[in-house]
Amino acid sequence: MKLNSFIENFAAQFDDTDASVFTAETKFREVDEWSSLIALSIIAMVDEEYDVTLKGDDIKNATTIEDLFNTVKSKK
Amino acid sequence: MAFFEFKNVRIAGMSAGVPKKIINNLELEGLSKDYDAAAFVEMTGIKERRVDDLTTSDLCLAAAEELISDLKWDKQEIDALIFVSQTTDYFLPATACILQDKLGLTKSCYAEDVVLGCSGWVYGLSNVVSLMSCGSIKKALLLAGDAKRHAESNDPLFGFAGTATALEYSEGAGGFQFNFGTDGSGYDAIIIPDGGSRNQINEKSFEVEEIDGKKYNRLQTRMKGMDVFSFGISTAPKSVKSLAEKFGFDYLSYDYFVFHQANMKMNNMIVKKLKLDTEKVPACMYNFGNTSSASIPLTIVTQLKGKFEDKPTKFICCGFGVGLSWGTVAFETKDIVISYLVEL
Repeated sequence: MKLNSFIENFAAQFDDTDASVFTAETKFREVDEWSSLIALSIIAMVDEEYDVTLKGDDIKNATTIEDLFNTVKSKK
Repeated sequence: MAFFEFKNVRIAGMSAGVPKKIINNLELEGLSKDYDAAAFVEMTGIKERRVDDLTTSDLCLAAAEELISDLKWDKQEIDALIFVSQTTDYFLPATACILQDKLGLTKSCYAEDVVLGCSGWVYGLSNVVSLMSCGSIKKALLLAGDAKRHAESNDPLFGFAGTATALEYSEGAGGFQFNFGTDGSGYDAIIIPDGGSRNQINEKSFEVEEIDGKKYNRLQTRMKGMDVFSFGISTAPKSVKSLAEKFGFDYLSYDYFVFHQANMKMNNMIVKKLKLDTEKVPACMYNFGNTSSASIPLTIVTQLKGKFEDKPTKFICCGFGVGLSWGTVAFETKDIVISYLVEL
């Protein structure tokens, strides 16, 4: 799996935030639009695209998008 | 592995009762700092809920009376009543005993409560069907639902409903195939922490805590939404597939798939994973919210009445959630009676 496409998939879950805002270092919980509902979209996206089931703690323990990417990678 | 099959029992009918009073989630304000009404409705698929000053047994009683009358059953012939709920009338006695009396069933009636939520209708069904399959109980009622006066009215997810499913012994009926599972390590994924024996009610039970941006006291249902979502999208498809594999049928040939109604996004994922035709997957959460153990029969009553009663129709129903607990059942109906929705 590639970090760039993970970031694109991650960004696609946001309606009002421009995709260019998201990089590997983005602290996603600090994005204004972040919400518990978007967290569910991320879990669904990861399940669909990477066949990995994330838990709440996986999201809570990640700070940046790259952290989450690494978690998904380690569970594959 | 919890797989089993019972024959010679059929579903004779189903009914559901809900409060008349409608709460619109688009009109709720100030629930939490991250509650955006439009986004919530779009994501969860829950726009309206029925909530009022009624208990589960009030709703189940009305649903059961309607169904017994539509079936023209003689109450003296109903020998078992199982009540599935996590919102019983009292800590004790069992609400099933109260309902036996209120419904005017005989004193020779078997009655018990089953304390389960989202998976509860499937579990309750397995209890009733297993009791009846030996042939001495000919008619029985499964009453299932949840309603808690006032306590949850501000939670945009939950609605109240009470349902009745009538079962009868019928030599030669195809019966039911079941699969069940439990993962108690997730016991706190959906929990009311105080008020039971472990954490008895005390002054701190009423203090409001903020968890993931939502406010709860310790007598209200709190949920780890992300964990429950992950659990749902991974467990429900596996349970359906393993049931089909165990009993050697093609699940795609079934007519309807009725899933617990908790969150539309979750159910859409389940549908996608099982590659189901969405027309075969009715949903009622838009109008009724998450109604716990009532959700499967409530969906059948409100979405399928008039569409299948007379002809042979194959169902797969899957309930999953609080416990964590899950159950899937496959069965066929024919000449089933579906009552009109009862509004109280």
